[in-house]
Amino acid sequence: MAKLVPLADGVADLVRDGDVVALEGFTHLIPFAAGHEIIRQRRRELTLVRMTPDVVYDQLIGAGCARRLVFSWGGNPGVGSLHRFRDAVQHAWPGPLELEEHSHAGMANRYVAGASGLPFAVLRGYTGTDLPRHTANVRPVDCPFTGETLTAVAALRPDVTVVHAQRADRAGNVQLWGITGVQKEAVLAAHRSLVTVEEIVDELTPVPGQVVLPGWAVTAVAEVPGGAHPSYAQGYSVRDNDFYRAWDAVSRDRDTFRAWLDRHVHRAGVAT
Amino acid sequence: MADWTADEMMTVAAARQLRDGTACFVGIGLPSTAANLARATHAPHLVLVYESGCLGAKPDRLPLSIGDGILADTADAVVSVPEVFNYWLQPGRIDVGFLGAAQLDRYGNLNTTVVGDDYAAPGVRLPGAGGAPEIAASCGEVVVIVRQSRRTFVDRVDFVTSVGYGAGPGDRERLGLRGGGPRLVITDLGVLEPDPVTCELTLTRLHPGATREQARAATGWDLAVADPLTTGDPPTADELSVLRALEATTHGTPGRAGAPTGRRPADAPTGRPVAVVPDA
Repeated sequence: MAKLVPLADGVADLVRDGDVVALEGFTHLIPFAAGHEIIRQRRRELTLVRMTPDVVYDQLIGAGCARRLVFSWGGNPGVGSLHRFRDAVQHAWPGPLELEEHSHAGMANRYVAGASGLPFAVLRGYTGTDLPRHTANVRPVDCPFTGETLTAVAALRPDVTVVHAQRADRAGNVQLWGITGVQKEAVLAAHRSLVTVEEIVDELTPVPGQVVLPGWAVTAVAEVPGGAHPSYAQGYSVRDNDFYRAWDAVSRDRDTFRAWLDRHVHRAGVAT
Repeated sequence: MADWTADEMMTVAAARQLRDGTACFVGIGLPSTAANLARATHAPHLVLVYESGCLGAKPDRLPLSIGDGILADTADAVVSVPEVFNYWLQPGRIDVGFLGAAQLDRYGNLNTTVVGDDYAAPGVRLPGAGGAPEIAASCGEVVVIVRQSRRTFVDRVDFVTSVGYGAGPGDRERLGLRGGGPRLVITDLGVLEPDPVTCELTLTRLHPGATREQARAATGWDLAVADPLTTGDPPTADELSVLRALEATTHGTPGRAGAPTGRRPADAPTGRPVAVVPDA
């Protein structure tokens, strides 16, 4: 049964310096509040994993939490580039950032293998691209039945996966629905998991298309209303597109970024 | 002087290529704009597939991102990301892949990863592959939409993120890529198609007002030009008005911003948006 914890305790207990950490969410249900708590607790040397590192990863990278990034697409969706990510890769600010780069299909299948307890997954992808030259976690493999050469991708097993969901009950059973991305696979692939939810309820009402993560498959649940903002939680909030547009200007300049971080993350944490 | 821009012409030309009733894997940006224009004009039954897992999305405004709530709200089905790639894209169920790129070469290979020869110390770090490698590999055909310039149309891409025709004829087959590869490249100047024998992208059509000299000057290799070289039709008044109305929706959604989404379960509370506005 998952423990119900305050967010700060969940992060303190489950996210450690040097960990492989996945904060998943595919535009929808991105665990921003948990990411900010990781920044406030000044975690260092993290390997950050995520299919679509977007603004919260820009913030984590700019805040100096990351040593390495495993990903398939890093940008501000619909807006442009991630400037803190770019600054780290192109100018090693605030420190160097090592990259392990995949395609979406590769990353998704790496989580599937991790969740399935298998050492690798197979897909018909990567062939002819330059991606396999830069990671040992992508290798050609011959099909034992047809002889066709396919691509094997190594299982991804994060130390801890953090996701946001709509709600949970007091036993820590989690409901999430809408665009469910790769969250279920990322939670099941991880050794530990923290789920932040919009609300904790006495009883979960079934919702069409929902994904349920049973409480016994989740380590901890924290109630964090609005914890996905500026991302959104279907049924609870809409995406704050203005924030994503405004982030471009905030993140372009190191000092502006630091001032934003201080005001909206570090000091916001002290106040609450 | 024409009352439309080169970008509008490019978007209209791309939309016209999408046939009604086909399934199209759509990236955000120009591909999404063109696909939604097609659905709002000549192709009402175009099936839009977004990599966030939204199959058959029918948005009435342009989504800002591939995971915009309006895509899930209006989709025939919302599936997980492993499912969209493994069950829907990989087996060849999607007719057209619609891609953009930062660099493209004469064989339609695409780069969205890094600009510069040194991967570890790139001149420009781009967003990366996303779904593009498998879209380029597995869709029945690929349509590329990209503005034409020497910076973009390069002799050799710095990084092969997504394969077009590789190094030439037979390469796709040798690599085991099952989709047909790039059928068209649509730019702000005209349309390029692969030569049936050499696979090399060839300028086959100009947009009204553009010249072959302009196209050749904006290409970083010795651009082949078809004979005869045709000129496409300008945007119609209807295409322009629908496109402009769609684009007007991207900078604000009157009556929707801040409101809960339409499918809120009856027992769920209303949204509690957190007011954390960037210091812009």
